[in-house]
Amino acid sequence: MVIGTSPPRRDGMDKLTGRSLYADDLRPSGVWYGATVRSSRAHARILGVRRAEGFDWSNVVLVTADDIPGLNVVSLMTDDQPVLADGIVRHVTEPIALVAAPTREHALAAAQHVVVEYEDLPALFDPLAAEGHELRIFGEDNVFKRIRIEHGVRTDATAHLIRGRYTTGLQEQLYIEPQSMLAELRADGGITLTGSMQCPYYIDRAVKRMLGHDRVNVAQAVTGGGFGGKEEYPSILACHATLLAIAARRPVKITYRRDEDLRATTKRHPAVIDLVTMVTARGQLLELHGRVWMDGGAYHTLSTVVLSRAMLHLQGPYRWPYASLHGTVVATHTPPNGAFRGFGAPQAQWAMERHMDRIARHMRLDPLVLRRENLFVHGDVSVTGQTLQNPGAFAVLEAAERAAAAPVNPKRVRPGVVGAEMRSGRGLALAWHGCGFTGNGEAKIRGKVALELRGRDVAVLSSSTDIGQGTETIFPMIVAQTLGIDMERVFNTAHDTGLVPDSGPTVASRTAMVVGGTCEKAAQRLLRHLRELHGEGDFDALAARAEAAGGLVRVEETYEVNTNVEWNPDTYQGDAYPCYGWSCVIVDLRVDLDTGEVLYDRVVTATDVGKALSPVLAAGQIEGGTLQALGWATQEEVVLDKQGCMRNDRLTNYIIPTALDGPEMITELVEIPYEGGPFGAKGIGEIPMDAPAAAVAQAIEAACGAVLDSLPMTPERVFAAMEAR
Amino acid sequence: MLRCEAEVFRPRTLNDALQMRADMPDATVLAGGTDVMVYLEAGVLKPTRILDLWGCQGLRGLGFADGSQVYGAGLTCTDVLQSVQAHPLLRDAAATVGAVQIQNRATLGGNICNGSPAGDTLPVWLALNAEFELASVRGFRRVPAATFWRGYKQMDLQPDELLVSIHVPAVTGNSHFRKVGTRMAQAISKVIFAGRSVAGREARLAFGAVGPTPMRCAAAEEALVAGAPVDEVVRLLEEEIVPIDDVRSTALYRRKVAGRIVRRWLESLPRG
Repeated sequence: MVIGTSPPRRDGMDKLTGRSLYADDLRPSGVWYGATVRSSRAHARILGVRRAEGFDWSNVVLVTADDIPGLNVVSLMTDDQPVLADGIVRHVTEPIALVAAPTREHALAAAQHVVVEYEDLPALFDPLAAEGHELRIFGEDNVFKRIRIEHGVRTDATAHLIRGRYTTGLQEQLYIEPQSMLAELRADGGITLTGSMQCPYYIDRAVKRMLGHDRVNVAQAVTGGGFGGKEEYPSILACHATLLAIAARRPVKITYRRDEDLRATTKRHPAVIDLVTMVTARGQLLELHGRVWMDGGAYHTLSTVVLSRAMLHLQGPYRWPYASLHGTVVATHTPPNGAFRGFGAPQAQWAMERHMDRIARHMRLDPLVLRRENLFVHGDVSVTGQTLQNPGAFAVLEAAERAAAAPVNPKRVRPGVVGAEMRSGRGLALAWHGCGFTGNGEAKIRGKVALELRGRDVAVLSSSTDIGQGTETIFPMIVAQTLGIDMERVFNTAHDTGLVPDSGPTVASRTAMVVGGTCEKAAQRLLRHLRELHGEGDFDALAARAEAAGGLVRVEETYEVNTNVEWNPDTYQGDAYPCYGWSCVIVDLRVDLDTGEVLYDRVVTATDVGKALSPVLAAGQIEGGTLQALGWATQEEVVLDKQGCMRNDRLTNYIIPTALDGPEMITELVEIPYEGGPFGAKGIGEIPMDAPAAAVAQAIEAACGAVLDSLPMTPERVFAAMEAR
Repeated sequence: MLRCEAEVFRPRTLNDALQMRADMPDATVLAGGTDVMVYLEAGVLKPTRILDLWGCQGLRGLGFADGSQVYGAGLTCTDVLQSVQAHPLLRDAAATVGAVQIQNRATLGGNICNGSPAGDTLPVWLALNAEFELASVRGFRRVPAATFWRGYKQMDLQPDELLVSIHVPAVTGNSHFRKVGTRMAQAISKVIFAGRSVAGREARLAFGAVGPTPMRCAAAEEALVAGAPVDEVVRLLEEEIVPIDDVRSTALYRRKVAGRIVRRWLESLPRG
C-alpha cells in the first residue's frame, strides 16, 4: 500500500544535488539570448521604434509587431492582448520590441538602445473610477466581466444591518526561478519550446495561433515554482522566444532578471469588497448583499475566472438564506493581473471572515459562537443552489481546536529586539475551497491521461506538470497502487505536447484530484485492456505476456464529470464545484506595541484533504501555502510609481517571509473522502491561502485592539490602527 | 547571470594594500563583498579594478591599546558574535545584519565605508564615541565617528585611504540597541537605534535610517543629561531626525517609532 505513505519525492535528489536542469541551464550550441523592450508609459501612442545611433547593431536581431507571421495575439480567453504592442501601449512594461544577441549582456545593452517615441495618453489607475469611464480600455465600459448571483428568500424578520468594506492589494507569486523559455527551430520548420511553465498546452495553442501553423511542440523544463505565475504568463515568453529564433535562425532563450520579472509579470488581483448583511440578535445570518470590484489590469488574461471564483467563495463556509451578489472585474492601465494560488477565493474570504468579526463586535457576540451558529452542515444549500454533501467545516474546526489546546512555545524574539512591549493574541478563521475547475469547466476540458507499457514498467503520459507540488511522485503512486505493483516501475514521461495528451492545465487544485483520478481510471482501463488481450492474471503476468507478444500497449482515459446539478453559467446556479475542501486556521502571535510588527508564534491548520495520498507532500503544500498567506497578511506590499510600475522590484524591498519568520506549524490533515477523487483525495493546492490572513487580523485585534480591514497589515498599518483606537 | 570583467587585486599585507590603494584610487574596495556584489548584479557599479581586502592580514584583530578597545576593520559580524570581548551593543547589531551567510562575509569596515544611512552597525559607533583609524601611504589619522559621515554616502575618506580599525574608549552607562525591519532576517532597517546613558553625565541617542547619514540627536541628548522629562527628550529627537518616505516605509512611521523605542528604553531605566 503506497497510497497514504510518503516515499521520497522523485525529483528531490536531483534538485538537492543541483543535477536538475532548469530552463536557464539549457544551452544548446549557437544559442542567442533575448531581451524585451518595454513601455515606460502607462498609456501612449507609439510614434516610432528605432535603433539608436552609435550602438553596434551588427550582431543583433530586432523584432517588432510587424514580424509576427500569424495573429498578434496572446491566445488565452479573449484576443485582447497583443504579443507585441502594435501602435498603442496600455500599461507600463508592455512589450514593444524584442532583441537577441550572442550574449545576455549584449542583448540587454541592445534593448536599452532601442528608442521608442511616445505620445502620452491619459491613463486610468483606479478600478472604481475605470468602470464605465469614457476613456475606454476594454469593451463598452472597461468591465471584463460582470457576475450577478441571487438566491433564496429575503427575510421579514427583525434584524440588524451591518456593513463593511474590505480591501486587498497586489501580491507577487515569487517563484524561486524567474520566467525562462528556450525556442529551438525544428528540422521541419517548426519550433520546439522548452521552459519554465505550468501549462504546456496553453503555450502550444498560443504559439500555433501566432505562427499560423501547427508545427509546434512545448516541453516543460524542471520548474522552480509557479503559484499561478506560470499559468498563463509563459505564453508571452514563448511567443517572444519563437519570434526571435525565427529572426535569428538559431535557438534563442529568454530568462527574465528578477527585477524585470517583478515589474512585468502578473500579480494577484487587488479587490475592494463591500458587504451588507442582515443578522438576528442571536447571530443568525439572514441576508448577504455583496459588491466586489477587482482590478484586472490592462488585458483580460484569466480575470473572468478569477472573479467567478471570488463570487462563488464570497459567502464563506456559512449558510445564508438569502444572497444577492454583484461583482465586476475592471480594466485599468496597469500590468495585467492573473492567476495566483487561490484565484480570487482568498480575497473574497478575507472580506467575509473580517465581516464575521465585525458582526460579532457589533452584536457583542463571541466570534467563534457566531461562526458555529452559521457553519455549513450536511444538506445546507449554497448561494448557487448546490446542496452540500458532508461538508467538513465542523470537522476542521474541531480538529484545529483540539490541536490548538496544546501550550504555545513562544518563538524567540527577533535579533536586535530587547525589552520590547509585546502583546499576545489568538485568532481563528475558516474557509472552504472548491476543488477543480468552476462550473462546467472540467466537462469542457475533458482532461486526458495515457498509460503505456514500457517493457514491464508503466509510463504515465500527461500534461500535468510538477511545479514543486509533487506530481512526479503522486501519479506513479496512484497508478502503482491501482495496478498492484511497486511504485519504482511507474514513471511520468516528459511533459511534452508532442508526446502527451492534454490533461488540462496544472491549476485550480485539480491535478491530484482530477488528473490523478483519471490516472486511477486509466490504470483500471489498462488492466481491462491487458485482460482482453492476454486473458486472466495479475498485472505482472499480463505485462509479461504483452512484452512477449510485442507491440505498443497504450490506453487513454478521459475525465468524466460527476455532478448532481448541471452548472448554468448564465444564472450562476447549479453545482459550482464537484467538491469542496475545508480549512480552519488558529494563529498565535504577538504584536510589538511600539512598532506594529507582528511575530508569529504558532499556526495550527486543520484541512480536509479527502485523503492524504502522501502525507508529507500534503503537509508541505499546506505549510508552504500558509507561510505564503502570512506574507500576504503582514509583509507583502507592491509599491507603484505614477505610471503604475512596481518600485520595490527586488527581493530586498519586496518583503516575503524568510524561514526565520515562519512560526511553529501544527498541520492536521482531516480526511473526509470525495468519491470522485483517487482514493478519496480532494484538491489541496490553494486552500492554505484562504484563511490565515483573516485569522491574523483577528489575532492582532485580540492582542492590541487594532482593527484592520485592509491587506497587507504592514507594521505601518498596524501602528496607525493602534493609534486610531 | 552576473558578469564582471574587472581586474582583481588581492594584497596580503596592509603595506601592499595601501600602496595599491594609492596607485589605483579609482579601484572598488571590496572587504566582504556583501554590498559590492549587490551593486554589480544591479548594474549600478561597473568597476574595471577591484581591490579585494578579504585576504589582507592584520585587519581581523580585536584587542586593547591605550585604554581603548580596537576592532580590526576586517572583522566580520560572525567574528563579533563569536567574541566575548565585543561590546554588547555591537553584538546586538551584528546579529541583525542580513542572515548567517551575510554575517559570515560582512565586515565592520565595509559597513562603515559603504556609508549607507541604514547600515545596521553604524549607530553603535556613534553611541560608543568611537574613532575610525584611516591609513594611507602618507600615514595614519583618526576621525571621530560623529564627523565621519558627512552626507548621503559622503565620507571623510580620501581616495588613497583605507579604514583599518575602530577605536572604542572605555565607556559606561546603560545601553540599548533596537532594529526595526519588517522581517526576522534579510531585512533592511526602517529605524535603527543605539543609545547609551550615564545619568546626569552623558547621553548618546544615535539613529540609522532616519536621515541621510547615521546621526546623533544632540538636543535630545542634552535634555536627557539635564534630566528633562522623557516626553521632552522624545519630542526633541522627533524634531531632530529627518526621515523620508520611500519604498520601505514612511517618514511618519519612522519618526513615531523612533520616539516610541527611545521612550520605552528611557522609561525602563532606573531614575536618578
